[in-house]
Amino acid sequence: MIELWRELPPRARGLLLAFAAALVAAPLVADRYLLSILTLIFYFAFVGQAWNLMMGYAGQLSLGHALYVGIGAYVAAVLWIHFGIGPWLGVIPAIVIAAAFGAVVGGLGFRFGVEGVYFALLTIAAAEFTRIAFDHLAFTGGSGGLFLPYEERRLGEWWNLRGGQLLFYYVALALAAGGVALAARLARSRLGFQWRAVREDEAAARALGVDVFRAKMAAVLLSSAMTAVGGVFYAFYYNSLFPAQIFDIGRSIELILGPIVGGLGTVFGPVVGAFILTPLGEGLIAITAQFGLDAPGLKAVFYGLILMAIISFRPNGVWPWLARMIGVAGRAP
Amino acid sequence: MMWSIYLNVVVQGVLTGLVYGLMALGLSVIFGVVRVVNFAHGEFAVVAMYAAFLLFSSLGLDPLVTMLPIAAAFFVLGFALQATLINPFVGRPEHDQFILLVGLGIVIVNGLLMIFGPDARAANLPYAFDSYLIGPLIIDKVRVYSAVAAVAIAAALFAFFRHTGTGTAIRACADNLTGAAVIGLNVKRLYAITFGIGLACVGAAGALMVTIADAAPSLGPAYTLLGFIIVIVGGLGSMTGALVGGILIGVSEALAGFVIAPSMKSMFSFALLIAVLVLRPRGLMGRGA
Repeated sequence: MIELWRELPPRARGLLLAFAAALVAAPLVADRYLLSILTLIFYFAFVGQAWNLMMGYAGQLSLGHALYVGIGAYVAAVLWIHFGIGPWLGVIPAIVIAAAFGAVVGGLGFRFGVEGVYFALLTIAAAEFTRIAFDHLAFTGGSGGLFLPYEERRLGEWWNLRGGQLLFYYVALALAAGGVALAARLARSRLGFQWRAVREDEAAARALGVDVFRAKMAAVLLSSAMTAVGGVFYAFYYNSLFPAQIFDIGRSIELILGPIVGGLGTVFGPVVGAFILTPLGEGLIAITAQFGLDAPGLKAVFYGLILMAIISFRPNGVWPWLARMIGVAGRAP
Repeated sequence: MMWSIYLNVVVQGVLTGLVYGLMALGLSVIFGVVRVVNFAHGEFAVVAMYAAFLLFSSLGLDPLVTMLPIAAAFFVLGFALQATLINPFVGRPEHDQFILLVGLGIVIVNGLLMIFGPDARAANLPYAFDSYLIGPLIIDKVRVYSAVAAVAIAAALFAFFRHTGTGTAIRACADNLTGAAVIGLNVKRLYAITFGIGLACVGAAGALMVTIADAAPSLGPAYTLLGFIIVIVGGLGSMTGALVGGILIGVSEALAGFVIAPSMKSMFSFALLIAVLVLRPRGLMGRGA
């Protein structure tokens, strides 16, 4: 970690520290609404980071990451509701089970040579299949949903993720920061270089002795495991889970917007993307509400247009350009 | 008499499947030639459904008639889209194309949501509940009409690709792009025509779909996935494959909906998709990569 820090240009170090300090101190001045927006930003920065490991570094397009969010959320919620096992412990089986799903999707895809568009479709099919299965799974409430009970006496149990906005703000901030650290670490690791070799040219990577299957599997396992942690957070933050919502393809798409807008295959891209998209989307809702308009599709139309604009005009995302503008482009990933 | 119920379900599945097949045909033609995966395909189908619905509810025009002007309008739309928005993406990485069209699909489906709201709109045709009695079979009139129309359009398309100069030129682009450019074919224009044809298929299919299903924005992503399942089962890029895949999926969904539960029918389609992707990635009738 320390070498990574030293590699950053001094200016980037200063900016990063100031930014982190501002976020840690934000609850002193920000109101509940602002904190909820920031929490959402951190959540998307974290799961975007997870998706970016697979797509941005290893070049495997997953359009079904809602699967891992949903599995993580459902496993932790079921353990909490039925067995009283708290999220700090429950996150471990959540990770293991989501990674097992990732192993099935990745194993089927990579072992049988399902590539490109076909692989993306495989990930969608797996997520949709699971969504419909959960719709009919009586044990988890089926399509009627699964709810984490609201218990007054437990509200102070921060160690069980029972609490108010402030608690979730700091948990989400920690997740986002941890995500950045993990991604930075992985990007500089042997595995990270193997991923990029596979992304650029699979045949060439294989010729250089990279175990392509193993590298891709590592990407899908790490990515699904990390996404599952996001799912656990989701379950305890929102307290209600519906298969039609959490496994929906719209969720998968929402999750990949940040890294694409911010910059695929960069450590700060998912963070920058989340910081751009979430406030714009929420602001749009707030503004239209002010005019007394209730337009349910407006935010999504706007996201769709941004997606098209970014991919048409700036396919590398905003971060590489922004990094140059603020003079931190250096050797930092 | 159990077998006659199953026979009814199967026949109904085949008829619906042919309309699905026409929709998927558009997807397959676009991919086969332009090599762009139209991830907004189902969304376009739903736009066509709304167009047919509006023409019926306001002017009383039968979707079986308005199908033709809608298809023509969609051809123009497709031509313009390919010429402007999509053409710069030809040859770019697959995921770039994917993201562009996912964005387009999101805009379309939520635009519809803003304009029409989330409720399903039904075009109540005067003959919606008429049916033919053939021995033990009871077949909905609308399904027969729309299946016949779908087959007629598909046949016209086959004839176009087989017998016209433009059709042959488009096939040349699909078979050997460099060769086609060398002999002086205007590839960009042919791509635009192909995308137009693909959208004309989906426009016609959408208009037909209104006779057997209610229009709702949420159908967009569902139809896109359905289209993908069909063309992948049939073989992406194969025209006959799209129709055969359509029938196969139509029948399997009808049977699953009847035997198990209607809400679980698409689960089988997804399972089938996974199986085909893994075991026969080029589809049942696909050409080699």
